[in-house]
Amino acid sequence: MRYIPSSPAERRKLLQVLGLDSIDRLFDTIPEAFRLKRPLDLPPALPEADLVQHLSELSRKNLDPHSSAQFLGAGAYRHFIPAIVDHLISRAEFYSSYTPYQPEFSQGTLQSIFEFQTMICQLTGMDAANASLYDGASALAEGILLAHRAKRRQEILIAGFVHPEYLKVVRTLVTTLGIELKMIPAGESGACDVDRVAGQLTGQTAAVVIQMPNFVGRLEDIAPLAQAAHRAGAVCIVVVNEAVSLGMLEAPGNLGADVVLGEAQSFGVPLSYGGPYLGFMGVRMEYVRELPGRLVGQAKDAQGRDGYVLTLATREQHIRREKATSNICTNQGLCMLAATIFMATLGKQGMRELALQNRSRTEYAKAALIKIPGCKLPYPGPGFNEFVLELPKEAIAVHRQLLGKGIVAGLPLERYFPERKNDLLITVTETNSRNQIDRLAKELKGAL
Amino acid sequence: MTESKTAFPNNLRYTKEHEWVRVEGTVGTVGITDYAQSELGDVVFVDLPEKGRALVAGEELGTIESVKAVSEIYAPLSGEVLEVNESLRDHPERVNGDPYGEGWLLRVKITQPSETEKLLSAEGYKSHVEEGGH
Repeated sequence: MRYIPSSPAERRKLLQVLGLDSIDRLFDTIPEAFRLKRPLDLPPALPEADLVQHLSELSRKNLDPHSSAQFLGAGAYRHFIPAIVDHLISRAEFYSSYTPYQPEFSQGTLQSIFEFQTMICQLTGMDAANASLYDGASALAEGILLAHRAKRRQEILIAGFVHPEYLKVVRTLVTTLGIELKMIPAGESGACDVDRVAGQLTGQTAAVVIQMPNFVGRLEDIAPLAQAAHRAGAVCIVVVNEAVSLGMLEAPGNLGADVVLGEAQSFGVPLSYGGPYLGFMGVRMEYVRELPGRLVGQAKDAQGRDGYVLTLATREQHIRREKATSNICTNQGLCMLAATIFMATLGKQGMRELALQNRSRTEYAKAALIKIPGCKLPYPGPGFNEFVLELPKEAIAVHRQLLGKGIVAGLPLERYFPERKNDLLITVTETNSRNQIDRLAKELKGAL
Repeated sequence: MTESKTAFPNNLRYTKEHEWVRVEGTVGTVGITDYAQSELGDVVFVDLPEKGRALVAGEELGTIESVKAVSEIYAPLSGEVLEVNESLRDHPERVNGDPYGEGWLLRVKITQPSETEKLLSAEGYKSHVEEGGH
C-alpha cells in the first residue's frame, strides 16, 4: 500500500476522465441541506515541534491509570504486563504483518494463532476456539448468531447481570434479524435465579446467556443453568468479561457450557482509553462449523513435518461471502499475539497464581471497606475480583471527591442503573497494593 | 439397497439443483445425484436438518462439503423430515461411492404430493446435465 497523495495535475486528470469540473461535484449526491458550506473550524496548522508540545500538554490532562490507585474494572482490567510481551510483539515479523492473506506462507503467524486457540480451549473447556474476534461484546453477538443459526430459533434469554454495554452491542448486531432478547432478572443474591430462567425456557429459545463472573462480580452456578438450557434444546452460552478468572475457576465447558466467549484484554493488552480489545470464542465440536472467523489447524506436510493451515476456510467470508457464518474475515492479530505470549509466559501455574492473587486482594478490600460505617455489600456471595459496595450517600459525588486524591474508586453503577445511586462497582487486581487498598478505605471513610 | 448404479436411474425424480428423490407412497427419500457427487469431488461433511423439521420445496435444508467447495442442498419436495442418514457423520464418502444407495441423505413425509409432477424425469435431468447442469 502506498500513502502518497495525488498531485494537483493528477487530480485534474482524474476529474477530466470523470467529466467533472471540481472535487466538490463528487459530493453532489449529498442533499444540499446536509453539506457544510464553510471551511472546517480548525486552528491554523502548527510546526511539528509546537504540535508535539501541544499534544503532550493535552495528554497530561488524562489520569494515568498506572500512577493512580485505580479500582475501576467493569470489563476493562488493569493487570501487570511482563516486558517480554511488548518486546516480542514489537518484532517486525509480527508487528508489521497484519493478516495472513496467503496463510500457508505465514507459518509463524499461523502457529501463534494455533497456540492461542489451544490455550483458550484449555481455559474454557471447549473443543475448538477461533483465531479471536474484535472484542468481548461482538463475540457475544457472534455467539448469539451462532445459536440462532444452529437452532433455527428466535429467542435468547439473557440470564441475570450481563454487561450492559455488551447488550447494547448485541442489540445493534442481532435485532434486525428478528432475534428477540428476553431479560431474566437476577435473584436477590445478585446471581441468576435458576428456577426463574428455567420457567422462561420454551421451544423457541435458541440460547441462554450467562456472564461469569457476572457484571456485579458474583459467580454463577453454571451447571444447573446449562442443564435447564439443554432440556429445552437450547445452547448454553457463557460470557467471560474478566479472562483472568479462568485461571482459578472451573472451565465452563466442564460445567455444561456449549459456547464460551468473552474478552481477553486482561491477557497482556494494556488499558488505552477505549481499545483495542480482544474477543475470544470457543465451542463444542458439534458447533465447529458454525464458528465465525478463522480457525487454524495443525497438519502434516509432504515430508511428515508439522505445519499449520487455515481450516474450514470455506465457511469464511472471503471465499463463500453471502453464505459465510459471519462478516468477520480477519482476527485481532496483534492483541491475540500479546495474549498468547502472556499466557505462555505465565503458564498453567502462573495463571492460577495470578487469579488467586486477584481474589485474595479483593477479599482483603471487601473486609476493609465493610468496616466503614454505613457501607454494605448488597451481594455478599462468592465472587472473583469485583464487588458492589453500597455507600450511605450518592456514589458519583464520593467518586469525584476521591478522584481529587488520585484514587479511582471504581464505577458508580448509576451510569447503567439510574436507580442505583449509592452503588459502586469496585475491582481489585494484583496491581492494587495493600497500601492502595488501605488508602482507599481511609479516604472513602473520610468522604462519607 | 438394490438401487441401479447407472448415472440416471429411471425410477427417480430430479431437481435442476442435482437432488434426486425416490417417492414411495407418502415417503420421499432424498439424495444428491451421481453427476453432483462427481462434480463436487470427495465429500468430507454433510450437514443435515434435525428430525421433525418442516421443509418447503426449494428451501435450503443443509450443506454438503467437499474438498473443493461447500454447496447447499435444497428440498425437492415439501414435507417433514422423518429420518436423516446418520451413517454419513462417520462415512461422508458414501455420498461419492453410492449416491443413490448408501449415500442417501434424508427421508421426508411428503405433504404436497402434487409437487412431484414439477420434478424432472431421468430423461429431463439427463438433458439438463448435458446442457451444462446450470
